[in-house]
Amino acid sequence: MVRKVVVTFPAGSAGRSLTYELIKKFDIMFSIIKADIDAGRRGKLVLELDADEDRIRKAIKYMEESGVEVSPLESKIKYDSTLCISCGACTSSCLSGALSIKAPDWKLVFQPDKCILCKLCLTACPLRLFSTEFAD
Amino acid sequence: MSKTYEEINDKIRKGKAVVLTAEEVSEMARTMSAKEILDRVDVVTTATFGAMCSSGAFLNFGHADPPIRMERIELNGVPVSGGLAAVDTYVGATDCNPSNPKYGGAHIIEDLIAGKEVELEAWGKGTDCYPRKHIRTSISLDTINEAILCNPRNAYQNYNVAVNTSDRTLYTYMGTLLPHMKNASYSSAGELSPLLNDPECRTIGLGTRIFLCGTQGYVVWNGTQFNCSKPLNDYGVPMGNARTLAVMGEMRQMSTEYIRGAYFEKYGVTMYVGIGVPIPLLDEDMAARVSIRNSQIDTFIEDYGNRGEIIGRTNYEQLRSGEFEFGGHKIHTAPLSSLDKARRIASVLKQWISDGCFELTAPVRPMPTGTSLKGLAENM
Repeated sequence: MVRKVVVTFPAGSAGRSLTYELIKKFDIMFSIIKADIDAGRRGKLVLELDADEDRIRKAIKYMEESGVEVSPLESKIKYDSTLCISCGACTSSCLSGALSIKAPDWKLVFQPDKCILCKLCLTACPLRLFSTEFAD
Repeated sequence: MSKTYEEINDKIRKGKAVVLTAEEVSEMARTMSAKEILDRVDVVTTATFGAMCSSGAFLNFGHADPPIRMERIELNGVPVSGGLAAVDTYVGATDCNPSNPKYGGAHIIEDLIAGKEVELEAWGKGTDCYPRKHIRTSISLDTINEAILCNPRNAYQNYNVAVNTSDRTLYTYMGTLLPHMKNASYSSAGELSPLLNDPECRTIGLGTRIFLCGTQGYVVWNGTQFNCSKPLNDYGVPMGNARTLAVMGEMRQMSTEYIRGAYFEKYGVTMYVGIGVPIPLLDEDMAARVSIRNSQIDTFIEDYGNRGEIIGRTNYEQLRSGEFEFGGHKIHTAPLSSLDKARRIASVLKQWISDGCFELTAPVRPMPTGTSLKGLAENM
């Protein structure tokens, strides 16, 4: 199975090779989709983990016990569909394909599992209907 | 064979008019001739729901006691025109306070239509007949005298596709344009768009009754920047930004379902406006015109990263497919106007006409011909 997670490192945890441990201890194959460092405060990785469910569960537990915060990616972008006019402007910037609009009905479709948290939708939406749960 | 407005209206009154949307008639035209369509169909409904910056509203607040000649006016902190008599203003959709650029005139109009109260603050120098110098109060559509949507340039006939060949992201009224042509945005409703179904404005003119933001409105003039000189493609469709409509309607009867304030990042405030225009099938020529399909509507590709250079052309069938090929690369396409909303508008207008509560009006004056656009010369 494939799961995308946001891993937030608190200040002081930069010395650990957590991603190396994911491979070594749990045989997790992963891709780093995005990495942000807020110098002196925290670091953040968006990871795509590829392994069976049991190994992913154990790996997440291990990371949490190591003092980093792990949360599912799909919970991070919020979208108010009730106010959406399906103009499609957000799809222009969404190169991961999480936001799409097409025939036959031309209504906006949001697939959180494809979201890579690039956040371009936040500014591309003319009605400002997208938001994130955490600050930059 | 030909039909008159009166004959079509007579059918509408009797509930016998055959009304189709422009998409439905385009599909019908795959297997039928223009003559067969003329025989079967009386009216075709067209629609668009897109960002139209050249929009706004006239408001008359009524006089306070003592009265004030409002020379500087703010609504919810947004400066609006103080140059219109004592207690009138024009709220331009793009009006905004630079300290809060994401909320502007379009949002005020939406708030008023939604039934919300809006704060009015105004200042005047004080005169013998208008002694007051300041007022601060709240208004709503229930408390003021008139609220008239008046949009000088709406429903553009076709529009260029926007791309960006430069190496930085551009923030434009055509949305966010990623560098190196990573995306392309387009704004027309294509085969459903009003002025693409009557490209020479044979039936659309001054006085044409239309659907405007949920109620009946009117075409009141040719829109500003009305341009008849754009090149035509093989199907008689003007390519690029051509004709436009000036429209008016009563705000109190409108619905925020069909009009919304919006903000384009680092560009500014604009307004999404919903317009539907009925087109009577007077003769075979009109039947052929409304049969136009997306594959037959071409438009230019404009490079916003290089001073608006025209670098190619495409059509709406390709644009709607989600990508088009250019220079050996596939370019991701995205709309800016809502086809979903446009379809709803065309469908509602179809229902109004079918129900006999919306009759067609012949233009009291045709649209101009032979117009072109001037640039702005710097001569001082």
